[in-house]
Amino acid sequence: MPSNKFYDEMHGPGGEILAHYRDYAAWLAGMPANRIEQKRHEAEVMFHRLGITFAVYGDGGGAERLIPFDIIPRIIPAAEWTILEAGLKQRVHALNLFLHDIYHDQSILKAGVIEPEKVLANDQYRSVMRGLNIPGGVYAHIAGIDIVRAGTGEFYVLEDNLRVPSGVSYMVENRKMMMRLFPELFGAQPIAPVEHYPDLLLETLLAAAPAGVNDPTVVVLTPGSYNSAYFEHAFLAQQMGVELVEGLDLMVRDRMVYMRTTRGPQRVHVIYRRVDDDFLDPQVFRPDSMLGVPGIMQAYQAGNVTLANAIGTGVADDKSMYVHVPDMIRFYLSEEPILKNVETWQLRKPDELSHVLAHLPELVVKEVHGSGGYGMLIGPAATKAELEAFRERILATPEKYIAQPTLSLSTCPTFVESGIAPRHVDLRPFVLSGPKPRIVPGGLTRVALKEGSLVVNSSQGGGTKDTWVMEALSPDAQNQSQNQSQTGIASEGA
Amino acid sequence: MLSRSANDLFWMSRHVERAENIARMLDVTYRMSLLPYRVVEIGEKWAEPWALPLVITGLATDFYSRNETLTAENMIQFMVFDAGNPSSIHALLQSARENARGQRGAITSEMWESINSTWIEFRELDYQRLVATGISEFFDWVKTRSHLFRGVTVGTMGRDEGYHFTRLGTHLERADNTARILDVKYHTLLPTVDDVGGAVDYYQWGSLLRSVGAFESYRKIYRDAITPYRVAELLILRLDMPRSLHFCMAEVFNILSELAHGERLEPERLAGEIHSQLHYGRIKNVFETGLHEYLMAFLDRVDALNGEINKQFLVPDYA
Repeated sequence: MPSNKFYDEMHGPGGEILAHYRDYAAWLAGMPANRIEQKRHEAEVMFHRLGITFAVYGDGGGAERLIPFDIIPRIIPAAEWTILEAGLKQRVHALNLFLHDIYHDQSILKAGVIEPEKVLANDQYRSVMRGLNIPGGVYAHIAGIDIVRAGTGEFYVLEDNLRVPSGVSYMVENRKMMMRLFPELFGAQPIAPVEHYPDLLLETLLAAAPAGVNDPTVVVLTPGSYNSAYFEHAFLAQQMGVELVEGLDLMVRDRMVYMRTTRGPQRVHVIYRRVDDDFLDPQVFRPDSMLGVPGIMQAYQAGNVTLANAIGTGVADDKSMYVHVPDMIRFYLSEEPILKNVETWQLRKPDELSHVLAHLPELVVKEVHGSGGYGMLIGPAATKAELEAFRERILATPEKYIAQPTLSLSTCPTFVESGIAPRHVDLRPFVLSGPKPRIVPGGLTRVALKEGSLVVNSSQGGGTKDTWVMEALSPDAQNQSQNQSQTGIASEGA
Repeated sequence: MLSRSANDLFWMSRHVERAENIARMLDVTYRMSLLPYRVVEIGEKWAEPWALPLVITGLATDFYSRNETLTAENMIQFMVFDAGNPSSIHALLQSARENARGQRGAITSEMWESINSTWIEFRELDYQRLVATGISEFFDWVKTRSHLFRGVTVGTMGRDEGYHFTRLGTHLERADNTARILDVKYHTLLPTVDDVGGAVDYYQWGSLLRSVGAFESYRKIYRDAITPYRVAELLILRLDMPRSLHFCMAEVFNILSELAHGERLEPERLAGEIHSQLHYGRIKNVFETGLHEYLMAFLDRVDALNGEINKQFLVPDYA
């Protein structure tokens, strides 16, 4: 049964089942418990056998784990999705314009919307990108925008991921698993497909090729099989039918990138790189990097190869820049943001710092450059000692942190030890930017499996769910979900 | 294809093949250890049946750095479960799976599932369980998993470059293994003159044939007593015996011709040279040269061939 403390994806405040979940709930109610148990077991065995795993850092090296998969889908009605989709496209569009701007005219800095040193002195700002024109002016070809729902169901953007966002392979594999386990569900309901994501990705990458290349060769660059997201790198390369390369497979000759093949060097035009900027070229960035390709930046600057995402996108997605995204939307698009930001205090500002320190037990504090749920403080869940330790760290380098209210994240019914119980969820849709922005309906829903936990990261014990966007509903259901989305999505930035 | 991918596929199949060969060798050793035996030089540890795996793999130093005594349990722990021994079944299955994991895109999902579930099942085993379910049963399981993987490879993989490199690894590894087993039997377990033609000799040669799965073939082809001369002929020169040097090198030569795409490349030439010696060779000449000398020369040339394959395809250096 839903907890009435939080907004629940499946149940209304009175415990009634929401329209878009009615068919599923009826089906679930008709399923014998032992059959559900059997299907859950089947899913686990299948994920293991298929090797759909991720590696965990700091776990004795190279340990592989399954990401727990929950068979209750997270369902988003079409009307809500329409608005979310528009909001995501708007946001990523503005972020791409921002990136182009700060590496060219810097009009947003000149206009005083953002303090220049906040951008220019950011260590993710890459001066090598100054004045460099890249195909289509697209910087973040692939963006993962983390969305949460809080309060009475309003959507908020929690985080923009513009470097090497991961998780999309689980989105696709979760869908395949659901269709394998419960094919009957897909015949009866208009669930928007997601399995064509790799096709859209390939189209996006091909469109990003250097001008004048007729039949571009695309590759996926991975740090290697010990990377936590290696499964995804291999999955995407395989699904797109392109080579999965490591740094050592590539070389640069006369400012052109080649891969080493059994039949000699072969030219490469577009690199979907899943290696961070810092490791990409030991001649330009970290000299100790073994993952990169010496000289690749020269080829990039000469326009002979496209990197996706571009170098230097990190400046737009760190948590100190997050607060400015609504302003970017207003500045570049002259539109009001469709999706809200979460209220955010910047601890580099003395008054905000003192406010945060006074309310530490109620807040979530995050590292500006952190990711993956590492190095964050969740005030309400922390012990006194943890709070004190974190306070010390904040005081030592306040500019490294931001703070946000602890959101009452929405919950979704989830199978746990004791049966079905509400667990907190978030959503990561993936936005592809090319000549036209594309989004596969839905995204990856992550679920915090521990009771009361708000941390959904797979590295921290989170699981995933299949995410269904309902393409069309009965008129009755449509009305209801529209009402919902009006309260659900605000039209103003925070 | 990417050189690194070709290299992974080549080693994936080599590791699986080697795991199978280690299992065969251990199985035969185990069976031999159950029989009465006499050693050439009494008191020499290496002449006991359980020393056979050490002589074939050249791992005696490693083994004795971890173990004081040569016992069945020590040997099985070392050759089956010791992750630190690169020739253990553990290490080989793990490496094969790592190679496959790196090449999910180049192999079929059925190949991956086959090798991955082999690894998952193996991880659940330890020495006690192995003894409880039966030592020979375990070695049969390894062989079966190798057969399965090879079958899935042949049955599902597209006939592309990746397939050729996969098959290349299998046959080079197999040739190497057959040559080593033959050499070791002939020189370290040679019975005393009195034993030649006796029961012990019969069992030992029979075991050797079994270890390469050629016992029945021998019977069918020669319909006669097992003699070293014929065993050597069968395992070196017969083209109808799938683990013979001739058969393996014929495959290697064909694959390398295919991979040369009409160019004149050194690996193909070298393989052709080795192959033609086996193709036109006579067993009489092999024994005139000396079996040991002949096999050592063969292994040297295969080694040189490996070097050329690396240079041309797997780890080219043209930067």
